[in-house]
Amino acid sequence: MKRFGTTNRPLCRWPGTRTIAGAAAVAALGLSAAACSSSNSPGTAGGSNVTISVDCAPPASSPVQHKEWDEDVAIFEKRNPGITIQSIYTSPCEVPATFTAMLRAGTEPNVFYTYFTDKNQVLDQGQAADITPYVTTKTVPVRRDIVLSAMAAVTAGKTIYGLPTVNYTQGLIINRQLFTQAHLNPDQPPATWAEVARDAKAIAALGQGIYGYGDYSAGNNGGWHFASEVDAMGGQMVNPAGTAAAFDSPQGKAVLQALHQMRFTDHSMSPTQQLAWGALQKQMAAGKLGMYIAAPDDIYNVIVPQDGGHINDYGMGPLPSASGTPAGSLSGGNDYMFAKRDTPAQIRAGIKWLDFEDLTPGVGQFNYARQKADGFPVGFPEPQLFTGATGQQNQKLLDASATINTSYYSAFTAAHEKGMGEPVDAQAVYKTLDPVMLAVLTNPNANISSLLSSAAGQVNQILANNG
Amino acid sequence: MAETAVRVSKPRARPASMRPLAGSRFGRKVRRNLSAHGFLIGAVLCFAFFSWYPIVREIIMSFQRTRLGVTSWAGWRNYITIFHDPTFWLAWRNTLEFTVLALIIGYAVPFFVAILLNELRHARGYLRVLVYLPVMLPPASALLLFAYFYDPTYGLFNHVLQAVHLPASQWVQSSGTGVVSTAMISVVIAATWMNMGGATLIYLAALQNIPGELYEAAELDGAGMFKRIRHITVPQTKLILSMLLMLQVVATMQMFVEAFILTNGGSGTAVVSVVNLIYTYAFALSGASNYDSASALGVVLMLVLAVFSGGYLWLSRDRD
Repeated sequence: MKRFGTTNRPLCRWPGTRTIAGAAAVAALGLSAAACSSSNSPGTAGGSNVTISVDCAPPASSPVQHKEWDEDVAIFEKRNPGITIQSIYTSPCEVPATFTAMLRAGTEPNVFYTYFTDKNQVLDQGQAADITPYVTTKTVPVRRDIVLSAMAAVTAGKTIYGLPTVNYTQGLIINRQLFTQAHLNPDQPPATWAEVARDAKAIAALGQGIYGYGDYSAGNNGGWHFASEVDAMGGQMVNPAGTAAAFDSPQGKAVLQALHQMRFTDHSMSPTQQLAWGALQKQMAAGKLGMYIAAPDDIYNVIVPQDGGHINDYGMGPLPSASGTPAGSLSGGNDYMFAKRDTPAQIRAGIKWLDFEDLTPGVGQFNYARQKADGFPVGFPEPQLFTGATGQQNQKLLDASATINTSYYSAFTAAHEKGMGEPVDAQAVYKTLDPVMLAVLTNPNANISSLLSSAAGQVNQILANNG
Repeated sequence: MAETAVRVSKPRARPASMRPLAGSRFGRKVRRNLSAHGFLIGAVLCFAFFSWYPIVREIIMSFQRTRLGVTSWAGWRNYITIFHDPTFWLAWRNTLEFTVLALIIGYAVPFFVAILLNELRHARGYLRVLVYLPVMLPPASALLLFAYFYDPTYGLFNHVLQAVHLPASQWVQSSGTGVVSTAMISVVIAATWMNMGGATLIYLAALQNIPGELYEAAELDGAGMFKRIRHITVPQTKLILSMLLMLQVVATMQMFVEAFILTNGGSGTAVVSVVNLIYTYAFALSGASNYDSASALGVVLMLVLAVFSGGYLWLSRDRD
């Protein structure tokens, strides 16, 4: 189970907040974070009492996750009498506007949650402590089995600034009920764009406001999905040197042409577009959408608990590609970093906590037996944090306690998508591609070549500015 | 009598030890204005902490750059960066487009609604409440309502268009082509509906201060409705009209929430405004968010508005 609120999305932005209210909230959160912080606590390296504040603890509004977190804190503190965990209950774990202000003010908790894409911002603000000397195979026994792209997200050069706790790749979430109604085989999700278009058309033919395929085009989410779709086709968003856009390519064009065809030729996508994260999950839960791209946690963190979907109605296939085998997938996730002001004792305690809660099979977030006992759905192919022996051990534990029908996800897991990470200046790149996705999905005469060429020019300028 | 009333007795000489403070001109001034200064200090502190200090800090930050925890002077680098951002000029174009459209629609419509309300003999109070009602709605709620109206699939507006056999529109989701995009017009309509009530009430108050004799005299001279508006109403409300013009331009140049909510957190390029871009720089580029570029753009916007306001006040000084 991935920790509540750690949903796989590049940004979580809540519309409707006015500037003054936002500033007040930022100030209030900053103050509360400062109040919770134990920067002045007398943590010493000698093993005496040390207190660490840790954010992203699930609040009481998520009773199961909240209970399990508090249980883990109690167990951990009992095993480590000198360490006190000061939980900061937050949901969502990160609101970018608050996060940015927090970094600027230097009021982050001792151990603080970040998205993989936040690394540069945290480092630029000088808010992350170097934990390289503290991360060894003794303090983090699974260190060598952590997925490389996840470790890369918390490493700069040879310096380690954090520990990853969630890693994901994306696939195609399908509504099995609608597949069955449309006389399609839900055990064989589409694997190419041509198959997606074919199945989407069949599902849209059901009528009653049901559409076959959905995608984003707002809140940077359009660019985010486009990146994943290009990765799966074997393309790239930026060149390996990170100096120029690379999405104005046959792969980029193929993705946009497929979307444009589904929207305007097949009419298997809704006329309502400009959708951001959260909208497609609602449509899926309401039985109005056949397919969309996401990571598995969308199902157990959003569609089922928040939007009222039924757990057995969903399955997953791989990201659509040209050949049926995706060349890769955008991979992302989240991690915990350590505040610059942390004492060595606090860093040691924080690593001990993360190893216990997030990096040990069978314990903390990987305690599948307890999740099963608590009635939480178990068996989703996520988080894909480990490889090697640890990965196998974790998979064994997962299979032993699975409560969902794991065969619904076998097409996704069998694809073994290669995590490609996220492009340099990811959010700025995504922001530039939102208008491209919007134009393709709202303008019947959209000139795809021209849109891609113009966006590539803009991304080149952004990369040059930030370089 | 008057002389007696203002006569005051000559103060007695004080002991030498008290003279330095009590006797100084500054001390007398302070004592005389003590309560005034006392009342003023709260406002001054509020302005100092919440307006002047942030302005000064923003200007300083716009010339700084923070990298790897080190803040250093960056000269004009942040300004050069924002000028090279492809969205920069687009945001200015959109902002000016919104300002002009908001002036044409949002400035004139309330004036004519106020004239209409002023002329009504019945149900005037109810209609005033109706006109003012949208102002009482929180902007986020009003805009979410319009987002629903504009929905291409389920929205009210497309249902109306279909009912009269007109083609449906993407409204605010239009990707932005042509001189003025459908998306921008959609934003202006929503903004006008939201804000019209306040301006209408101000115009109405000004209209009700115009002496009725002027209209009666004009009527006797044979002036029609449009001549009465042109030669009586407009000149008599000139001060209010010019003040609202300036306030409206300053407010519309800072358009943010309308585009932010109607485009689902900022999408497309058709309605992105300068303040939207400031927000994006500061908060919406997780991983690349920075206050340096946001501060630089904030300073540019402040300078533009200051030049506009100064120029406007200078041009209108004689007439006032």
